[in-house]
Amino acid sequence: MLTRLKYLLLLPLALMLSGCNLVVLRPSGDVASQQANLIVISTVLMLIIIVPVMFLTVFFAWRYRAGNKEAKYEPDWDHSTHLELVIWSAPLLIIICLGALTWMWTHLLDPYRPLSRIAEGQPIEDAGDPLEVQVTALDWKWLFIYPEYGIASVNELAAPVNRPIRFRITSSSVMNSFYIPALAGQIYAMPGMETTLHGVINKPGEYTGFSANYSGDGFSGMHFAFHGLETGDFDTWVAETRAETGALDRISYQELAKPSENVPVQKFGTVENNLFRFIRDRCVEPGKMCMDEMMAIDRNGGLGLAGVNLLQQPMVGDAAVRTALFGLKSNVVTGICTIEEQEAVADIGIAIGKPVNPDPLVGAGLARRSFLPFRTPLLDAQLQFSRPSGS
Amino acid sequence: MSENLIKMIFGRLTLESLPLHEPIVVITFAVVAVMGMAVLGAITYFRLWGYLWREWFTTVDHKRIGIMYMILGIIMLLRGFADAIMMRLQQAMAFNGSEGYLNAHHYDQIFTAHGVIMIFFVAMPLVTGLMNYVVPLQIGARDVAFPFLNNFSFWMTVGGAILVMMSLFVGEFARTGWLAYPPLSGADASPGVGVDYYIWALQVAGVGTTLSGINLICTIVKMRAPGMAMMKMPIFTWTSLCTNVLIVATFPVLTATLVLLSLDRYVGTNFFTNDLGGNPMMYVNLIWIWGHPEVYILILPAFGIFSEVASTFSGKRLFGYTSMVYATVVITILSYLVWLHHFFTMGSGASVNSFFGITTMIISIPTGAKIFNWLFTMYKGRIRFELPMMWTMAFMLTFTVGGMTGVLLAVPPADFVLHNSLFLVAHFHNVIIGGVLYGLFAGITFWWPKAFGFKLDPFWGKVSFWLWVVGFFFAFMPLYVLGLMGVTRRLRVFDDPSLQIWFWLAGFGAFLIFCGIGAMLVQFAVSIMRREQLRDTTGDPWDGRTLEWATSSPPPAYNFAFTPVVYDNDAWWDMKRRGHERPMEGFKPIHMPKNTGVGVIIAGLSVAMSVGLIWYIWWLAAVCFVAILVVAISHTFNYDRDFRIEADEVTRTEGARTKLLAAGE
Repeated sequence: MLTRLKYLLLLPLALMLSGCNLVVLRPSGDVASQQANLIVISTVLMLIIIVPVMFLTVFFAWRYRAGNKEAKYEPDWDHSTHLELVIWSAPLLIIICLGALTWMWTHLLDPYRPLSRIAEGQPIEDAGDPLEVQVTALDWKWLFIYPEYGIASVNELAAPVNRPIRFRITSSSVMNSFYIPALAGQIYAMPGMETTLHGVINKPGEYTGFSANYSGDGFSGMHFAFHGLETGDFDTWVAETRAETGALDRISYQELAKPSENVPVQKFGTVENNLFRFIRDRCVEPGKMCMDEMMAIDRNGGLGLAGVNLLQQPMVGDAAVRTALFGLKSNVVTGICTIEEQEAVADIGIAIGKPVNPDPLVGAGLARRSFLPFRTPLLDAQLQFSRPSGS
Repeated sequence: MSENLIKMIFGRLTLESLPLHEPIVVITFAVVAVMGMAVLGAITYFRLWGYLWREWFTTVDHKRIGIMYMILGIIMLLRGFADAIMMRLQQAMAFNGSEGYLNAHHYDQIFTAHGVIMIFFVAMPLVTGLMNYVVPLQIGARDVAFPFLNNFSFWMTVGGAILVMMSLFVGEFARTGWLAYPPLSGADASPGVGVDYYIWALQVAGVGTTLSGINLICTIVKMRAPGMAMMKMPIFTWTSLCTNVLIVATFPVLTATLVLLSLDRYVGTNFFTNDLGGNPMMYVNLIWIWGHPEVYILILPAFGIFSEVASTFSGKRLFGYTSMVYATVVITILSYLVWLHHFFTMGSGASVNSFFGITTMIISIPTGAKIFNWLFTMYKGRIRFELPMMWTMAFMLTFTVGGMTGVLLAVPPADFVLHNSLFLVAHFHNVIIGGVLYGLFAGITFWWPKAFGFKLDPFWGKVSFWLWVVGFFFAFMPLYVLGLMGVTRRLRVFDDPSLQIWFWLAGFGAFLIFCGIGAMLVQFAVSIMRREQLRDTTGDPWDGRTLEWATSSPPPAYNFAFTPVVYDNDAWWDMKRRGHERPMEGFKPIHMPKNTGVGVIIAGLSVAMSVGLIWYIWWLAAVCFVAILVVAISHTFNYDRDFRIEADEVTRTEGARTKLLAAGE
């Protein structure tokens, strides 16, 4: 009865599915395409066992119904070593296959891993450095900084087709998740932490990106357009943005970071150097100690009691005044570096590596020497991965 | 001066805290108030207060406590489902520039409350209620190990539920999602009372859950009938044991995590804040170390119910008892090794992600083995398709789909595109409704005649069954599709008009489920009215296999006049086959625990203390805290805790049953 019902359901389903855009299964970026393939492969693998189980359920239910006196009835039959072997080993075999696939593809599609191909059959040859976009999730909009061009935009993202993109992602206050289904899987944007995502868009077009993790009142409006542009069009887009008079610096950023909903597109022709690092290290407000500075001090044993002298109440009107009841009011730590010193440290930057083995084939880049590498294969040695702490 | 005084007396509770300006809430409140008054009035009119207090509220009888848990779960199901319908309606409406009918302030509270209520105050009480009722009967015990603790645990669970309900009308509930991730749940982003309601509701209920876990473990380990070795325990008792081990091992993690969050919010520590060394990801790790085992806490007893039902209605021993037990134990252990799969997308390394992905998949092996075991229990059986068996069939067909999408989500690269999407929402409803809820419904129909002495009406049961099953597919299959269209969860308004049709379908499904719940309530009412036609005098209406069917329906307060002796894992089946004769004489007095109101009092004080803490009414919190200590300590000096059921009363009770049995033949 149930199964018959399902078939009936399938007909309108098929009709409706043909009319809708299953972007997760038919994306326009190479990374997302590989993820979509993996979904299909895994599903097929599992159906190998699911379909017989469902069939047997219905068949046994029908065959051994109480009304059918023809069927054998053995009330004491409750064990069969052969059957038990099949019962345990059939799922085991499927999971061994799926587990191997998982191990391999989790490494190959690690969002931190620089791309080794632009599309199927198109390995990365010296395609130049990837386009770096620094993404900040604000309450409740997205800020994109293009350090290469010194420009920034709010709630609009553009990238040239077939050029790898490297997103560096953080958040200003609460957790969000940065997700453009057509391009690549999502990764969280978290305050005080930086995450990385690599992707490439293969077809020009306008796509949707949004926050995939609930972040408060304005969450529903926290989406943006992602333009995949031909190289020439992208240059025009950059030029247009450069022509904007708006400048993004520490002061205007603090204004921008205040909570707002359904924010229209904004563009900034110039961006203060290293702003993203100050956002990530939570020291955009001048005078606040950057987290990297604080961590470096702590690693060297900390300041001891003298550290207490650095605590101060935040400035009046600061959004971050906490309402704790008793005990200390929320404090900020005063920085001991000057802004110039902070800038100098930030300028040192991180060396970004290139893929070790650009071969596009499945498994490329994976060290095959041992099955259980304790480090991410090969890449680690030459790449600096920055991952959020606590993971 | 007077302003300070008012602040001291009422904390941050003001007239503005009452949502008088919100018509939806006011109307809801009016309806609830009218209904509440009607119920209270009826109780007063029929002079039931004394009876309720003496026989029910203060009872230490595991059977009555079990029934009260079930009532709590069903009442809260109505509230949780009202939230679900409101969400479905909002999402079906909010297209083409429409804002729908709920603003963010409300909508965000509703989806948070829906999750919290359905897990903590629907699924947990229903599962605990069934375990409470059935486990002591299945192992041939008179009661649980600590009868007073059982009563106390129940009232603490009620206390948590009261706090959640109170937040609807006084103040607000959390607007953070059901797990209240910081920094969103921290004092900066959520300065109101919502998260505090969340914290204290869970803390109060958590005490109850933990204690009831300890209680049932002791009961199962120490109080089994002679002859019932561990490997002769009924499978439901086994799954209950594993569930309670999980409860005892994980709920303290939840409690500790929430304590840390409270410290952040109340005293300004920095465990999970953004600045001064705090780390919100630590919270995410901790909460899922509790949260993942929690889903197995819910599903394992359901697996146990399906095992009992499948073998009873197939008229056959359970296939592969030993492998069933080992599968349960393996799931119990593995459930601690998978928590990170809830946040693959937070930037863990590929090796970490693969480890947790693969451990998650490994859980599907024992789960798959269980499905096969049920399958081969049916094989060569004589299957009677009564309602509990129908729920089991629906489970086997629905749950496999949910299991499959679950394994899919365990593949990290797939999770990167499906995490937090409506695909995920469809998946966990698929396993929780198709697994836990169907199991509970099977259990309720299966054990109802044991608890009340009459069967449930099959017609309305079937109506409810079909509405639920068809409604489920309508409500959640569209969500799978929407997830593949890249739609994320917890959105309040939508831009893309092509999505709307799917939300209409899902809304229609929710409406069918609504009718299903209605039919279920009608079923209860009709069955109570037709109880004489549906009466079962044998105590064994389904031709059962385990000990609970050996005693009368409903069982006497002492469960068994003589503790049965067990020779087989289907103990009652075995007794019936060997021509077991009920003992008719030689009854001895039975030692029983006495009722006490202390559980109600301490739970009430805990609620009041929580209200004080939520609203910063410090004097109230302090007074209640001291009072809790005083009541708890003075209760330890109460030596008047037990009584005896005299031998002639047992003789009378058993004699009445003998007559009933004879009349039935």
